Amino acid sequence: MDVEILSRLQFAITIAFHYIYPPLSIGLGVFMVITEGMYLKTKDKFYEQMTKFWVKIFALTFAIGVATGIVMEFEFGTNWATYSRFVGDVFGSALAAEGIFAFFLESGFLAVLVFGWDKVGPKMHFFSTLMVALGSMFSAIWIVVANSWMQTPAGYHIVGEGINARAEITDFWAMVFNPSSVDRLLHTISGCWLAGAFLVISVAAYYLLKDKHIRFAKSSIRIALVMALIASLFQLFTGHQSAVGVAKNQPAKLAAMEAVFDDQTHAPLYLFGWVNEDNQEVKFGIAVPSMLSYLIGWDANTKVTGLNSFPEDERPPVNIVFQAYHLMVAIGFMLIAISVLGVFLWWKGTLFKHRWLLWIFVFSVLLPQIANQVGWITAEVGRQPWIVYGLMRTSEGLSKAVQAGQVWYSLIMFTLIYIGLFILFIYLLNNKIQHGPEEADLIPSEIGHPKA
Amino acid sequence: MEFNLDLNTIWFILIGLLLTGYAILDGFDLGIGALHLLVKEDIDRRIMLNSIGPVWDGNEVWLVTGGGALFAAFPHVYATVFSGFYNAIIMLLFMLIFRAVAIEFRSKRPMKWWRQMWDIAFSVASILIAFLMGVALGNIITGIPLDANKEYVGTFWTMINPYTVLVGVTTVALFMMHGSIYGVLKTENELNLKLKGWVNNTIIFFVICYVTTTMATLIYFPNMAKHFKDFPPLFILALLNMLAIANIPREIHHGREFMAFLSSAASIASLLALFAVGIFPNIVLSNPNPEYSLTIYNAASSQKTLTIMLIIAAIGFPFVLAYTISIYWIFRGKVKLTNMSY
Repeated sequence: MDVEILSRLQFAITIAFHYIYPPLSIGLGVFMVITEGMYLKTKDKFYEQMTKFWVKIFALTFAIGVATGIVMEFEFGTNWATYSRFVGDVFGSALAAEGIFAFFLESGFLAVLVFGWDKVGPKMHFFSTLMVALGSMFSAIWIVVANSWMQTPAGYHIVGEGINARAEITDFWAMVFNPSSVDRLLHTISGCWLAGAFLVISVAAYYLLKDKHIRFAKSSIRIALVMALIASLFQLFTGHQSAVGVAKNQPAKLAAMEAVFDDQTHAPLYLFGWVNEDNQEVKFGIAVPSMLSYLIGWDANTKVTGLNSFPEDERPPVNIVFQAYHLMVAIGFMLIAISVLGVFLWWKGTLFKHRWLLWIFVFSVLLPQIANQVGWITAEVGRQPWIVYGLMRTSEGLSKAVQAGQVWYSLIMFTLIYIGLFILFIYLLNNKIQHGPEEADLIPSEIGHPKA
Repeated sequence: MEFNLDLNTIWFILIGLLLTGYAILDGFDLGIGALHLLVKEDIDRRIMLNSIGPVWDGNEVWLVTGGGALFAAFPHVYATVFSGFYNAIIMLLFMLIFRAVAIEFRSKRPMKWWRQMWDIAFSVASILIAFLMGVALGNIITGIPLDANKEYVGTFWTMINPYTVLVGVTTVALFMMHGSIYGVLKTENELNLKLKGWVNNTIIFFVICYVTTTMATLIYFPNMAKHFKDFPPLFILALLNMLAIANIPREIHHGREFMAFLSSAASIASLLALFAVGIFPNIVLSNPNPEYSLTIYNAASSQKTLTIMLIIAAIGFPFVLAYTISIYWIFRGKVKLTNMSY
């Protein structure tokens, strides 16, 4: 394998693994703000214990998020040096803003959140929780802005030629509010809320099935269900907005998402299918006629540009984008169904009476995780063969000083270390879940008692 | 060399400040890590770990932000150094991961083998991180082979030579000294006495390394002294550096540990300032072809980006300083283990 494939594989593995954790932190952050806010309002120690339990889970996801996040920040330079030279002027400022505005906020107040229970008053502690949650969202803002610029570059001009060409910023706000950043940011953030909410729902449903921590579990599920309902419905809207944006700004990606090969009006919307890229056909597919055209323009006569209208070397891989996209959409609808059903049964007063529903809740934690991953695969693979859409090809962005042997070594090591890290994460998460929240109302701090 | 306080120079100074902040803050927690295995009792190891518990990842953020700022202000330096030092950077990343994971997971299970395993990971990673960073600084002084396209043309072994290893060891020694002083501030009773003893040993270790490195630099890399020769008032920096170091044992002797810590922080800051003055206006010296060096001008982003970032920094930094100071204030005093501790 050559340096390009290896570097892409390494980036894909490291980012996919990293992206398990920040969404959980962002989602749990919101959840903790709600529960601690309820503690401040009601003064009921129960909510404090509840917050404390989720803080422990949060700290675990945050730690791995930071450790794997540093890798991402350095990897642009190690494996994508030519890309870094090309985009540094534009992309770098978003990254630096993330560091200054988000990371310091998050990590500083995280100290108070985790270790400050006895050091500061309840209001100051709540403020810290709020700042950590805000910090994690700021971080999402800047990184999604930077990524969106790679999808829909704006506010720049190209200076220099050949290997010395680079993008220089001309308008900071046009860069920040490039055509896709707002839609994609909202879409990503709601995905994070779903990841956090369904983790809570899953753990709490498990307690109910085991007949443990009943009040804690019921209360957690109710709060998380509200979050899940809001986020999953919002996802429908932001998803639609994003798709319309893709149709306008990255037509080749949209064509791959729905396997549109020839330009057409009345383009169909597939529910599922299998794309044969050689014959340019979708097998075993079921489609709603004209629906794609209708959705992107509210008119069945809207013309959708097909892949054949693009030079062959400017088309993304079709089937992988198609499958990733359809899986994401399918999961999106499942999450809406689960949230609506949950809230409906809550309203009827039978939410906790159906064991089958609790089992669905337990396994539902996987759904947003899968959707987040395949959503990003759609976005990033759909952008290929470009690393910066229309400006620089992925194959042109590599580090010239790095050999395949070096990337083999780092790729293998990252894979092994991340597998180990994942096993460790699951082990410790399970441990904390088995240990459960502290039941007693007031637990004095014990010296010599390990953080469990 | 004419000195202008233009945007490029300002960003050279600001990134220097970020990395100085990093070295002072993460320096003591890496130092605590380097000393960790010398502490034998589990409870004492937990106290060591919890002395840095609430602050270590905030300290690491200085490195992350420094990296981001380097990417934004001097993208060519970021690209050349990170891709050129590929193996070393990847190793550094693995060590940062191991260290973070070790801190986080060590005390989560009671088994002896589990804790011993993470203790070793924590300590070895802390030492290697300090060492690799020192080696990187050493390479900036010796210069590295670059071509006309700003690409590194050496190998991993080009980076390793007696001088760069010496700078690496000096960095470890510096952080051990800095860490042991911090440890004295945060501990009580026997562990405190033990750490006080180590302060003396690590000061001696550091001073030996410091003198050797200084001599080696002046003999083999006289370029580093060029600006001092051209503009003698800069010599005050060198003097301050020596005074700061000499002041550490004095403050310890008088039992003013916090002053000793500030003194140690001042030595780190002045050492890095000497280094920065020495390399200016190069950021990465090219050796053997100095005309290919990356300077604060040929490696920089556009004036527009440097201006935007200056605005971002001006808005962000007061906040950063405010939370950093308040966090350290909230967690001041001796370590007390609670059920939320590591």
